Amino acid sequence: MIARTLYDKLWESHTVHVEEDGTTLLYIDRHLVHEVTSPQAFEGMKLARRKPWRVSANLAVADHNVPTTNRSGGIADPVSRLQVDTLDRNCEEHGIVEFRMNDARQGIVHVIGPEQGATLPGMTVVCGDSHTSTHGAFACLAFGIGTSEVEHVLSTQCLLAKKMKNMLVRIEGPLARGVTAKDIALAVIGRIGVAGGTGCTIEYAGGTVRSLTLEGRMTLCNMSIEAGARAGLVAVDEATLAYLKGRPFAPRGELWDRAVAHWRTLKSDPEAKFDREVAIDARSIKPQVTWGTSPEMVVTVDERVPDPDREKDAIRREGMERALTYMGLRPNTPMTDIRIDKVFIGSCTNSRIEDLRAAAAIVRGRRLASNVRLAMVVPGSGLVKAQAEHEGLDRVFKDAGFEWREPGCSMCLGMNADRLEPGERCASTSNRNFEGRQGTGGRTHLVSPEMAAAAAIAGHFVDVRRWR
Amino acid sequence: MMESFTVLHALVAPLDRANVDTDQIIPKQFLKSIKRTGFGVNLFDAWRYLDAGQPAKSDAGRPLNPDFVLNQPRYQGASILLARKNFGCGSSREHAPWALAEYGFRALIAPSYADIFFNNCCKNGLLPVTLTEAEVDRLFHEVAAFPGFRLIVDLEKQTVATPDGSKVMRFDIDPFRKYCLVNGLDDIGLTLRHADKIRAFEERRRFEQPWLFG
Repeated sequence: MIARTLYDKLWESHTVHVEEDGTTLLYIDRHLVHEVTSPQAFEGMKLARRKPWRVSANLAVADHNVPTTNRSGGIADPVSRLQVDTLDRNCEEHGIVEFRMNDARQGIVHVIGPEQGATLPGMTVVCGDSHTSTHGAFACLAFGIGTSEVEHVLSTQCLLAKKMKNMLVRIEGPLARGVTAKDIALAVIGRIGVAGGTGCTIEYAGGTVRSLTLEGRMTLCNMSIEAGARAGLVAVDEATLAYLKGRPFAPRGELWDRAVAHWRTLKSDPEAKFDREVAIDARSIKPQVTWGTSPEMVVTVDERVPDPDREKDAIRREGMERALTYMGLRPNTPMTDIRIDKVFIGSCTNSRIEDLRAAAAIVRGRRLASNVRLAMVVPGSGLVKAQAEHEGLDRVFKDAGFEWREPGCSMCLGMNADRLEPGERCASTSNRNFEGRQGTGGRTHLVSPEMAAAAAIAGHFVDVRRWR
Repeated sequence: MMESFTVLHALVAPLDRANVDTDQIIPKQFLKSIKRTGFGVNLFDAWRYLDAGQPAKSDAGRPLNPDFVLNQPRYQGASILLARKNFGCGSSREHAPWALAEYGFRALIAPSYADIFFNNCCKNGLLPVTLTEAEVDRLFHEVAAFPGFRLIVDLEKQTVATPDGSKVMRFDIDPFRKYCLVNGLDDIGLTLRHADKIRAFEERRRFEQPWLFG
């Protein structure tokens, strides 16, 4: 038998039909739905007089528009409110399970899927959101889709797709103290570029990846799309099984045992061939900070803002100059001299309990720097928030001057009221530093939770490896 | 049914930067709409206007940024957007192709696109043409040099040509995508022709992996 990659196995096991040119009808096991990219799909389905193919495949939650402050009065912004109400109505009409805004299980769609065990190994998981790549941490083929495809999945339980190439990112070696999955992700993007994974599914492998917790693997897979890859994958191991056992949507009893027997096969064969391989030595990875307006514009915290004059490629040089102007930075400034105005700890990249614990450990017993106008912690879900409060992390953050908020996407993209003002500079644990992403004119530096927490206390970026 | 795409003979507008992300194409505040229309006026909003745009507010009378390329008189009426590599990266928002199409673009020409964006374009009759970096680079020079520069995009022949026929560049596209675009086909309808196959697949899966159907 031909050796196959994990991606090959997942693809083949979901193939319903293949057109002559290789376009494949791919069966979808799990469809996650949120309020921003679904209303037009539900409307299209209604206009075509169709119904959801398999209602139980869908799980819905409102996350992008929800306020992170007191929710007892509902959503103040009428435009946001209409979008969330529309999701509620659509789910009710079709009998789709939805965690509503005041449900303790509500949260960011990519946090709640795994948290509920709604994301399982061997599945295909899609959502009208590019960060669906997150779920690949569980050895499922998970990728983001557009609204037309949301309607396609609702109506047919399938998608039309062409197979991607196989790319392997192998990371070996121990991580230094203060270096996290987020730093690995940014280092990978810095190495291969924001289009380095375009047309590929990335499998992350190697001892370093194995040593990451499932939450760390989610952070790594989440950022695959920032390297251009629609999907990231990590093979199943004991940690995967331990994470899933007992989750509400996970199988139980005899079904669990049968599922586990199958899940253990979800790894690339030893002889499997990849179209592209990248090897990274974990010992070389330091805490990362982005300086520009694309996630590939990244350096390590002990470096300086790059100088466009040293860039030979004209298009790249112009891009760097434009980014520096937007970011209000001068070439050759040490990254640790960059002072910040706001701090955001949250997003589908870094809002899980381990992220909050790591940030709290940095903050404990300290106060925000005087130049930091706002530092906020936005847990990924109501359950993450409850767990953090049970551990007293909320007090640690509040005592330091942080705001402790309700779960949602929040200032990762600022569709709700949480955003940067023009010119404000933010240390953010989110995933995109695009122009205007966190608010028109806002300046985003992507970092790990530890780095964001340390910057909040110091008022500027600091090397957490030396944090005492 | 989406609009079918056969031959487009149109004015070209250049957007000379790499890695243009969908947050730039249509900023997040406009994604709150529950409709498929109304995005064209906010295409490239932060670059196109001098003030900050708000959803559900009229854009009439907002100050235009005269330096932004699409605001220049010579590019008014353009239906082909010439772009650099990795166009449409970032968010999966289909509002990006909706905004481009509503503004008036029917085709894009770039050396590469982000995968999700590329798919989303095809679902909306907006043709993303891929040419080599060298070809795209030359087109940028020509657009700049010749006001009123037009191109003919022929999907059936898979060519981009100058109107005088002096230059013809070929491009690749998956036959199935081409078939859908040329015929303006709704691919949900196409998929449902295989409904029996989907049902059979699903039944087998339910038997073999029942935990997926809890």
